[in-house]
Amino acid sequence: MFENLSLKLEKAFKLLKGQGSISEINVAQTMKEIRKALISADVDFKTAKNFTQNVKEKAIGEKVLTAIDPGQLLTKIMKDELASLMGSEFSEISLEGNPSIILIAGLQGSGKTTFSGKLALHLKSKKNKKPLLVACDVYRPAAIDQIGVLAHQVGVDVYEDREIKDPIEIAKNAIKHAKVNGHNVVVIDTAGRLAVDNEMMTEIANIKSGVKPDEILFVVDSMTGQDAVNTAKSFNDILNFDGVVLTKLDGDTRGGAALTIRSVVDKPIKFIGTSEKMDGLDVFHPDRMASRILGMGDVISLVERAQQQFDEEEARMVQKKIAKNQFGFDDFLKQIQQIKKMGNVKDLMGMIPGMNKAIKDVDVNDESFNGIEAIIHSMTKKERANPNILNGSRKKRIALGSGTTVVEVNQLIKQFSQMSKMMKMMQGGGAKQMMQMMKGRGNMPGL
Amino acid sequence: MGIFGKVKGLFNDKDKPKEFAIDKVDNSDSKSKNLLSDKQKLGEGLKKTKKSFFDKLAKTVAGKSVIDDSILDDIEEALIASDIGVETTLKIIEKLESRVKKENYLNSNELNSFLKEEIGTLIKDSCQSIPNISDPYVIMVVGVNGVGKTTTIGKLANKFKSQGKKVVLGAADTFRAAAVDQLVIWAERVGVEIVKQDMGSDPASVAFDTVQSAKANGADVVIIDTAGRLHNNVNLMRELGKIRNVMGKVIDESPHDVMLVLDASTGQNAIEQAKQFTAATDVSSIALTKLDGTAKGGVVIGISDQFKIPVRYIGVGEGINDLQEFSKQDFIDSIFS
Repeated sequence: MFENLSLKLEKAFKLLKGQGSISEINVAQTMKEIRKALISADVDFKTAKNFTQNVKEKAIGEKVLTAIDPGQLLTKIMKDELASLMGSEFSEISLEGNPSIILIAGLQGSGKTTFSGKLALHLKSKKNKKPLLVACDVYRPAAIDQIGVLAHQVGVDVYEDREIKDPIEIAKNAIKHAKVNGHNVVVIDTAGRLAVDNEMMTEIANIKSGVKPDEILFVVDSMTGQDAVNTAKSFNDILNFDGVVLTKLDGDTRGGAALTIRSVVDKPIKFIGTSEKMDGLDVFHPDRMASRILGMGDVISLVERAQQQFDEEEARMVQKKIAKNQFGFDDFLKQIQQIKKMGNVKDLMGMIPGMNKAIKDVDVNDESFNGIEAIIHSMTKKERANPNILNGSRKKRIALGSGTTVVEVNQLIKQFSQMSKMMKMMQGGGAKQMMQMMKGRGNMPGL
Repeated sequence: MGIFGKVKGLFNDKDKPKEFAIDKVDNSDSKSKNLLSDKQKLGEGLKKTKKSFFDKLAKTVAGKSVIDDSILDDIEEALIASDIGVETTLKIIEKLESRVKKENYLNSNELNSFLKEEIGTLIKDSCQSIPNISDPYVIMVVGVNGVGKTTTIGKLANKFKSQGKKVVLGAADTFRAAAVDQLVIWAERVGVEIVKQDMGSDPASVAFDTVQSAKANGADVVIIDTAGRLHNNVNLMRELGKIRNVMGKVIDESPHDVMLVLDASTGQNAIEQAKQFTAATDVSSIALTKLDGTAKGGVVIGISDQFKIPVRYIGVGEGINDLQEFSKQDFIDSIFS
């Protein structure tokens, strides 16, 4: 029973110990995990490598909260960086021209037509515009019917010409039609095309030069894998698009393509698609996307909870005591209670990357600490403050009082003294710097 | 010039006599014997513009007598870049590492064939032909939105028709705007029958009607189109299970094949797709679409390995004939091209 418990304790100690500051060595494993997580989330191989490397370099030397380890802190920094890279400011689409012209482009099946319908509805109901949908996919069977049905659903007009097979001519005619009929936005839906299809890429370039759009949106499936890097680059080379639309985010994909595209072409993600229904259009939240891509346990909320729950005053006291070699069982008890305050122990451990699997079959619950708490509670105040006085008869009394055995009491004392030593060793950051760290990471230099 | 220098020369110089070409160097190995002809086929089917992986590899290997970390890194990158995924990639790399340790030395030819062999063991062999049964053979096509289900069905119908089979299509995507119209156009184009109802009607009822009509009319193959749905949408997945089950009431054991259509440009989420669609409908084969782009579709390797589902067809264009039977060897070669 006790072996199991000490294993659990050891893990709990990990939460407590802290390791000073972020260094090359203490985050090596986390770096690997994060890179793996990014790639598993479909972030492009090189992007993942560069991104983690850059962030690590920025983070090296950062002081670490006592309640979390450097790896967790790095993950939090990583997430903040990811969110800021993904775009901090919300960028609207340009509706300057009259009519303003929006060109929609992307691969087959990315969701261009569905998005066009949603955009038309958005423009009509939220922006008070009178949009015209234009059917320029002359290739796929029933594509024109599809956009017609959607236009009817959202209650906007559609322009189609089944006699003409040239999308450039259709688009130009549509704009004339819009001017005559008082449409102030023209949304041009185009056929899906592969980036390697020269003929089709030339066609979309010609549509662009023919209609001079105010806004070009690149529609991409959020489930896209490593190919996002090729596709985004090719489309951007040809079109120099203004923004990205990320579709099918109501699925469970981690959406790493968002990071790839952002870092390859540096264009803002302007909309996300969140359902097949016509109102399933949302603005993009960089923060949520960052968490979604990292998706590794939930280190971020662990760190945030640690920051919330950590009593600064208490931490300073503990710090002083460690320095003076006065760290006793009472302080230990407080630490345990602190952990318990943060929530279910198993949940907490599960948030640590790589830990989830390890503890899957281990039964860890808050009661794991009950034995320890009982032992400590059975000690006198004097014993708690000065564990050195614990002799045989005292231990026997404690075991009896806590319903445990002397062996277990000994184990705890051993663990405790090891921990005290460790804490003394990692001393050096100084209480003042630790305090700064604890005040939250909002104004970290370099971020 | 060391052996690797020579190897490098072989990789780069296309004018060398054929017996020195990379494909032939390995012909002591039975698995690699057909490489050349496969590569030619590959050239027709999957035109890729990427720089050859083995060209790159040869450069890395040049002047080195052992396979070091930088070579392993390159291999890792190539595998991951084709969407094979971290887990499967590590599995392959670990095997490679232990083999290198055991044999102490591997030249790049051996490396080449080792990698191809290893990946080959992960992909389930696909059985191609439709068995002879008295009832119509029923194929139900499923997948997430926009992977190319309807287009694949059109091409499949054409393939079966050209084999002299009587084909009936069932337009059970009654949800997406103009989905029925799209399938109707394909049916006309190929010249096969189609069973449909109004938009918004019960897809299970369309499937039932289709199978019943096919049976009554002595059709050979029935292909049922379904609406695209995200695999984490519980209700829609349940609906799919219902569509599947209703067909068994007309023909025992039907659908005989539940074909999951995957988009080659999809990343690791395809694994979850395979898992959920299999749970809902017992997926029995895969069609991998859009392989004519730059995407490699490597994620199917892990899927085939994990769920033991064979890949049956690949889509390589929007034309009516742009559907090929899946060839394991070609596919593996394309990952390294």
